[in-house]
Amino acid sequence: MTAAVQPMVEARNVHKSFGHLEVLKGVDLQVAPGEVMTLLGPSGSGKSTFLRLINHLETLTSGRLSVDGQLVGYREDRGRLHELREAEIARMRAQIGMVFQRFHLFPHMTVLQNVTCAPIGVKGESRDVAEQRAIALLDQVGLSDKVRAYPQSLSGGQQQRVAIARALAMQPKLMLFDEPTSALDPELVGEVLDAMRDLAASGMTMIVVTHEMGFAREVADSVVFMDGGVVVESGKPEQVLRDPQHERTRSFLSKVL
Amino acid sequence: MATSAAQQAPTPGAGAPPAADDLPVVRLRHPWRWVSYGVIAVLAAMFLHSLVSNPNFGWDVVGEYLFSVRILDGLAKTLQLTAIAMLLGIVLGVALAVMRLSDNPALSRTSWLYIWFFRGTPVFVQLLFWGFISALYPSLSIGVPFGPSFFETETNALITPVVAAILGLGLNEAAYLAEIFRGGIQSIDRGQTEAAQALGMKRSRILRQIIMPQAMRVIVPPTANNTISMLKTTSLVSVLSFPELLYAAQLIYSVSFETIPLLITASIWYLVVTSVLTVGQYYIERHYSRSDRLEGLGRFGRLAALQRRRTVTDLGQDAR
Repeated sequence: MTAAVQPMVEARNVHKSFGHLEVLKGVDLQVAPGEVMTLLGPSGSGKSTFLRLINHLETLTSGRLSVDGQLVGYREDRGRLHELREAEIARMRAQIGMVFQRFHLFPHMTVLQNVTCAPIGVKGESRDVAEQRAIALLDQVGLSDKVRAYPQSLSGGQQQRVAIARALAMQPKLMLFDEPTSALDPELVGEVLDAMRDLAASGMTMIVVTHEMGFAREVADSVVFMDGGVVVESGKPEQVLRDPQHERTRSFLSKVL
Repeated sequence: MATSAAQQAPTPGAGAPPAADDLPVVRLRHPWRWVSYGVIAVLAAMFLHSLVSNPNFGWDVVGEYLFSVRILDGLAKTLQLTAIAMLLGIVLGVALAVMRLSDNPALSRTSWLYIWFFRGTPVFVQLLFWGFISALYPSLSIGVPFGPSFFETETNALITPVVAAILGLGLNEAAYLAEIFRGGIQSIDRGQTEAAQALGMKRSRILRQIIMPQAMRVIVPPTANNTISMLKTTSLVSVLSFPELLYAAQLIYSVSFETIPLLITASIWYLVVTSVLTVGQYYIERHYSRSDRLEGLGRFGRLAALQRRRTVTDLGQDAR
């Protein structure tokens, strides 16, 4: 987290509006390589929108957002941002893994096909190579016996672990998690958090939008609290969670803890 | 499990005589159902009796022509026309649906205009237009727009009755299928597209690999329905003097005057083919819903999977 290292994600004065509704009002953030950052905040604070901007699922209104030194979705030319072509955007996204709240596994494919379809179709890997890595990844998240099952036959926790394996199969340099445990029954949250904890331990750069305070406290390197489209407070987990400086952070934490 | 639940649950009214808990159920009786069965049976018997006793049906004539060369030839032409027109409709329909959903306003509006026109006029009128197209454009040519032409031919040589029939039916069908395909594509959750985009897939691949295979479940039943409808709509083509099944029957009865028996003959074949198509539809639908049936596990594997799922849940609860 020293200034000498190029940040994995860098946001400067990021604005995003949907019509007249301004959701992000100038967000500044830096995520170092290997850092695990959790984004906290009440619903409507803009944290999910910010996450979706990082792989260009939402388009920027203004500002500067780069991943690994490259602007996301745009090319800068004489002080303006020009939209990139679909192929270029797809190439950027292939390096960023994303896990969604509602899993979004492909229901017509088996677990193995879900995990191998992008490496084969997008990266042009051979079926053998892709399947070997897929099986290793599924083993890593504890699902090696579900290789031939269809998503529908799996529990929510199992589906989310497949979704993590599917994202990892592209060998991304950054992983985004959009409330990965919010759609799960309480008893299934642990297995998904365990998989994420292992991933964090392996050195992956991760940005996690979550309401799991335990995960934020134990796994995250940094915690960012957003409200009303701006970053209110950020820092080490023990500092932000134990001793919040802002009233808004204090009142949010008092409700969720 | 049931017994343990019963033991744990506090029994309401415990202490009452045990016989009171053991009440048999008397099912509701439906006397009017029996009356309706009776009425329908009488009507059916009357109809069947008339089928056999009324000589105007001419069953012997039906039997004579059912497998005759001219009828079977007409049937073959009907099947070919149905297949080719549907194929044209499907290919063009997919293109129109994709155009309609495109970000490019020129494409999306062109598609809208096409669908508006071809759905807005009767297919019978469209068939007549194609049949009389030479009255509108006596010759067709290929060349520079508004400039010289390199190749020119008479319209009647190019648009024969077969071509007119295929164009008339296929272009009309495309408009309807385009709407069915668009509905199917739009029925898929937006999250599927986002998940595929996040993996670095491009739009064309997402449509082919992710959206269409899922949309097929929504698309197949109405498309099969339209195929059956097309089979029968081909009979309109008799106005173009194209010898499909109905026209073959008409040619025969215009000489022999056995109108009713030949219409019955044609109807029997339409019914037979429709029945075959219905069976085909069942298998296609089954194919596209295979992920629901936990395929690859078999019945016992499926039970085991359910049991394992329960175990995982139980363990999770224990851990808490």
